[in-house]
Amino acid sequence: MTVEVAGRPRRKGGGAVAIRSLFWRLPWLRTTVLLTPPLAWFVVIYIASLVLLLITAFWAIDPFTTRMIQAWNLDNFRQILNEPTYLRIIVRTVSMAALVTVTDAAIAFPFAYYMARIASRRVQTILFAAVLLPLWASYLARLYAWILILNHSGVLNWSLQAFGVPPANVAYTDVAVWIVFSYIWLPFMIIPTYAALERVPESLVEAASDLGARRWRTLRDIVLPLALPGVVAGSIFTFSLTLGDYITPVLIGGGTSFIGNVVYSNIGIANNVPFAAALAMVPIGIMALYLIGAKRLGAFEAL
Amino acid sequence: MSETLTRIALRAWVVLVLLFLFIPMVVIFLYAFNSSKIEAWPIEGFSLRWINVTLNDAEVLSAIKLSVEVALITTVLALILGSCAAFAIHRTTFFGRDAINFLLVLPLALPGIITGVALHAFFDYGGILLSVATIVVGHTTFCIVVVYNNVLARLRRTQGSLVEAAMDLGANGFQTFRDITLPLLSTAVIAGAMLAFALSFDEIIVTTFTAGAQNTLPIWIFAQIRNGQRLPEVNVVVSFVILITIIPVLIAARLTGGGGTSRVPAAR
Repeated sequence: MTVEVAGRPRRKGGGAVAIRSLFWRLPWLRTTVLLTPPLAWFVVIYIASLVLLLITAFWAIDPFTTRMIQAWNLDNFRQILNEPTYLRIIVRTVSMAALVTVTDAAIAFPFAYYMARIASRRVQTILFAAVLLPLWASYLARLYAWILILNHSGVLNWSLQAFGVPPANVAYTDVAVWIVFSYIWLPFMIIPTYAALERVPESLVEAASDLGARRWRTLRDIVLPLALPGVVAGSIFTFSLTLGDYITPVLIGGGTSFIGNVVYSNIGIANNVPFAAALAMVPIGIMALYLIGAKRLGAFEAL
Repeated sequence: MSETLTRIALRAWVVLVLLFLFIPMVVIFLYAFNSSKIEAWPIEGFSLRWINVTLNDAEVLSAIKLSVEVALITTVLALILGSCAAFAIHRTTFFGRDAINFLLVLPLALPGIITGVALHAFFDYGGILLSVATIVVGHTTFCIVVVYNNVLARLRRTQGSLVEAAMDLGANGFQTFRDITLPLLSTAVIAGAMLAFALSFDEIIVTTFTAGAQNTLPIWIFAQIRNGQRLPEVNVVVSFVILITIIPVLIAARLTGGGGTSRVPAAR
């Protein structure tokens, strides 16, 4: 019996065949083997980092050596909640994120509507490419372009002068921050809104008009509610990206601080990682609430 | 009557938005050819003066070299990890599938500063010195998803019957992979790689928190704008970065018909 087994002719690459047939019989094994490297990367590095960030927020630093001390306390959070400066910064950041989101939704909706429901196939493709380019084009480059446009000898003031209007000093103010954020995140709003509008069934729109609804009524009662998840999906990006950004306020803002700036200076200059971590919990908490709300509105089906 | 009016108004709106999107980028390119040292509009005249200066600036060149290096390593890692994830998720319906989708998108959906600070704290706590390697780790984390999205989308559109036919005709697993699966996937894989490269090349926030003394190109640009130094060179560098980030995307869009390039996970 044993002799027979040993004497079986072995095909070349028998091991590979065995592994393959094992994968074929046990698909979950194949999934596990394939999923382990990327999942390990995410769990060991990314999730571990996020968890550590949460933990660090409850630690402190030695004020003299600026070394981290693992002494559990709520001082960082107490400081954020008690000092009006930080509360003001949080309110300012959230207001800016909300303002940028509303601005982008208002600009994007008519554009996406035209793209999805009026434009021909060819124009649709061209417009999609036209949104794709600024979506991917360098963030810093697009920000820098606005510095060139808004500064006092820039394109804007030159154009105003040509019309006989006194120059506007927009650069280095919160207004500039608002314009630049709205500009940079606009494509993030257009694409999901467009995708949602394209999925609104034509039959529903026709049914509404057959039933006597006017154009605006159809828009308000049929198209808008069906497209809303797309707008909300886009707003996740416009809102979240504004919440954490410090580059734009540093380069074109008027020196007012946003959450990102304070986090940035606490890592760079003050080297107070625990405080930065506690402050970083603010956008995480706000985004968690935002995502729960977005899920209720069906934005994840649109994602 | 009111319908045509609405149409005209919408068309006008579309034109205005397109102008809003593209005028700033055109302005940048014009400034790159400015002959003057002063950043004022209108530009004095056209010249290649600052392009020459920039091409001979050792600091700029070494920043470009580092950025390319980081982007290349990131791309390779993202390709491997993203493809693995896509192959694993494809054709399996297990409970954790949505969770994994969500997990992979998270680093792009959360503000970059969260990923940056978290990784900074992680390296700090682990006693890992910030270096090129830590930058690559940061970049790979948010680049995996673009490869994953592209490969997964293609796998879903590819018919399993082709693979089965090859197997029935006696091809072994490797042959099937080489002759059937890979050619079907190749453009999606290349598209994913292009996008990962573009994303990494332009990244600044995560880089700031994961870099030690290293200057990637975006960090160099940020420092110059902030200090108001060498702005004529910044015009040139920034135009170059626009091209480097746009060209891969155009190629990727051609290869995939636009689907995988939406960055915002919208087309599913």
